Amino acid sequence: MCGIISVVDRAGNLMDGSKIKRALSLMDERGSGEGAGYAAYGIYPEYADCYALHIFFDNIVETKSVVEALLRTWGTVVHDEEIPTYEQPNLKKIHTPWRYFFKPDAALMSGTSSPEEDIVTYLVMKVNTTVPGALIYSSGKNIGVFKAAGWPEDVADFYRIQDYEGYIWLAHNRYPTNTKGWWGGAHPFNLLDWSVIHNGEITSYGTNRRYIESFGYKCTMFTDTEVVAYLVDLLARRHGLDKEMTVRALAPPFWDEIDVMPEKEATLNRAIRLTYGSAMMNGPFAIVVANHDGIVGFTDRIKLRPLIAAEKGDRLYISSEEAAIRRMEPELDRVWMPRAGEPVIGRVY
Amino acid sequence: MAIGSVPLRYRISIDRDRCMECGRCVENCPYGTFRWEGDRIVVDSRTCTACHRCIAMCPRDAITLTEHPCDYRTHPVWTRDARESIYNQAKTGKIILAGMGNASPLPPIFDRLLLDACQVTNPSIDPLREPMELRTYIGKKPSRLSFKRGEGGEVELQTELSPNLKLDTPIMIGHMSYGAISLNAQLALAKGAHEAGTFLGTGEGGMHPAIFPYQDNMIVQVASGRFGVDVDYLNRGAAIEIKIGQGAKPGIGGHLPGEKVCADVSCTRMIPLGSDAISPAPHHDIYSIEDLAQLVRSLKEATEWKKPVFVKIAAVHNVAAIAAGIARSSADAVVVDGFRGGTGAAPKVFRDHVGIPIEAAVSAVDQKLRSQGVRNEISVIASGGITNAADVTKAIALGADAVYIGTAALVAMGCRVCGNCYRGLCPWGIATQRPDLVARLNPEVQAEHVANLIHAWTMEVSELMGAAGINAIESLRGNRDRLRGYMLDEGLLKVLDVKPVGA
Ligand code: SF4
Ligand code: SF4
Repeated sequence: MCGIISVVDRAGNLMDGSKIKRALSLMDERGSGEGAGYAAYGIYPEYADCYALHIFFDNIVETKSVVEALLRTWGTVVHDEEIPTYEQPNLKKIHTPWRYFFKPDAALMSGTSSPEEDIVTYLVMKVNTTVPGALIYSSGKNIGVFKAAGWPEDVADFYRIQDYEGYIWLAHNRYPTNTKGWWGGAHPFNLLDWSVIHNGEITSYGTNRRYIESFGYKCTMFTDTEVVAYLVDLLARRHGLDKEMTVRALAPPFWDEIDVMPEKEATLNRAIRLTYGSAMMNGPFAIVVANHDGIVGFTDRIKLRPLIAAEKGDRLYISSEEAAIRRMEPELDRVWMPRAGEPVIGRVY
Repeated sequence: MAIGSVPLRYRISIDRDRCMECGRCVENCPYGTFRWEGDRIVVDSRTCTACHRCIAMCPRDAITLTEHPCDYRTHPVWTRDARESIYNQAKTGKIILAGMGNASPLPPIFDRLLLDACQVTNPSIDPLREPMELRTYIGKKPSRLSFKRGEGGEVELQTELSPNLKLDTPIMIGHMSYGAISLNAQLALAKGAHEAGTFLGTGEGGMHPAIFPYQDNMIVQVASGRFGVDVDYLNRGAAIEIKIGQGAKPGIGGHLPGEKVCADVSCTRMIPLGSDAISPAPHHDIYSIEDLAQLVRSLKEATEWKKPVFVKIAAVHNVAAIAAGIARSSADAVVVDGFRGGTGAAPKVFRDHVGIPIEAAVSAVDQKLRSQGVRNEISVIASGGITNAADVTKAIALGADAVYIGTAALVAMGCRVCGNCYRGLCPWGIATQRPDLVARLNPEVQAEHVANLIHAWTMEVSELMGAAGINAIESLRGNRDRLRGYMLDEGLLKVLDVKPVGA
């Protein structure tokens, strides 16, 4: 169980977070009050060319200076502040969320075609694995993740989500099963530009984790969703696969389907399964992945988790439940249920 | 003789009330355990190997075989086996030979690994209703793909894939040569593999023309003796395997005694009739990993880069480093053969004491290849001690792409694991070249048994996968989260990278 909802405005118009908060709250049954979160794209236009690092500090005395020293080593902090939060009766504040607008110094990372991103990835892994009491959970440009252990409406009010305006929103209501409900374990999961919300359980986690770790990623959040963010980063950013091909690798067609495809298509799909077999995800899941140019939603290959898509004008919605979408937009142009493994893609023009 | 004879191992007795004196036991036992004395059948239990042929053939169920209780003074160190080996060697001054796999009572690690199943939060998948994919491709894979968008926006694949073997199941049959086993036995395995959509190895014995119809299911072996190897042979196989070592006898070569080299075997192996076929311990053109890489390339060159080339090594303690070296040659797969691997003949001291378990070896190889970022580019085949579908599943979860079975396939054809293969008298027509014995094995019937076994195991693997909520073998490979160790020490759990039960 878990509830997911996402929306993209393909024309790039901004939406505030009030509607998605209401939509997510409608799916309270899909959570247990132990984790909820929101991600929004386009919320930091004044720092659009900085990486917005959102960090949970257990306390700001011991760990903050360690993290800041690392940031200063690898670049410049243009601005930083505590993320404003507003006390909620039902939500216990455990960590102090802080945000840094950070410019990596590309000259420090040689031998790579994307030095800035590699520095940020390195810092995320470094802090999350070696600095106890600090967790970087959001690290993209002009985007931000807001999450905590609590009910959707409490988390939204805690961060005052309605004050942010983005052209893509993702939201997630968590019913934790495998790991305890803790702030870091709430969705969305993010790395650089990629954010992921996920309903389900990835039974191939052991394979996926070992695959992704052989490319230098380190899984530190004790949950299967984290691995999705890294897989997408590897396939889409580092290997340059587009969204369709990335989803094809993560939830490929069955061999029986491949066998009856025209030869050229069959060869392509066979190559994907052979090459990215260890990235393929198994088990029940419905996932939405976003980056700055859009969202893509897809389910496992036999659709063991619900996923529904809808459109209204420029807006594309993907959610666990139609009712949640209708809470954001009662009058929809089109509602459909995507087939298993078939991606629903919403691109910003 | 000062030492005297060692006690009986087995005792055979005939229930005279049941026996109808048909004489089938006499005809069937190649070891001479039964003989006519006048009109009475007498038994010499001393020659019995517990091959069970007589029991299987007796129409009256009149024969009983019991393990003969040993009345040596009990001793925890000087076991019966230890003492009898010494008596025998004191008499003969020779190396003790043994057939089949390791017979020492070390606990199989597989039995201390438990598989996982889904409950509630992730549904198990029912293989009877949902697709379950066990198809496996063995061969080199690219580390990444490149695409180009064509004019009309369609995706163009730019990476060219190396040839791979397509298996309908992750279960293959390992190498057993014509010579070590009979032609009928090899034919049955070949037909069975063909039936089951998988492959088997020729072993180091060349390829007999009778096998040609199944050549698309054969992996041809190039071992240190190079018996039967020419370009025609290489081109016939679906893949080529270089054998460096084997689990039953790491570090030593092979020896097919001259008595087993009949006309047909001599022809197939390209050696003189009746001559001993001795494979040296090393390949005399391979003394380093670079030499091996050269041989891999030469074989590819000879077959126009159309065939995957495997390299088989015995599981020894530095197997991971060797495998990493192999992965960096042009080899497409590395076969790791554990210390429980079977054999036609090996010095007993090697069979029982050299090498390491396949479970630990596969795990270490997978880990090393991953840490070097090349795991995805080479296939790993595990062999040596796979006794059931759970072992197959566990081997894959530990990191293998596929497994080779050997003894299990022979057992499917009737082998009773009596361990006397090296004597060339196999009563089941398997490990023998004696025409009357060979004729006992019906290739058609046994092919079906082999195919049935592979089918049955494949179904069991898919059930186990379904229970674990996995519907494609790719997601089982290296998925150590689906395993838990029971009564394994911390050190071994670390090597296996598996959590203990309850964790
Ligand atoms: S095969 Fe059985 S019935 Fe026939 S002679 Fe032997 S013991 Fe008697
Ligand atoms: S192949 Fe024959 S000789 Fe060898 S163990 Fe099996 S039954 Fe005995």
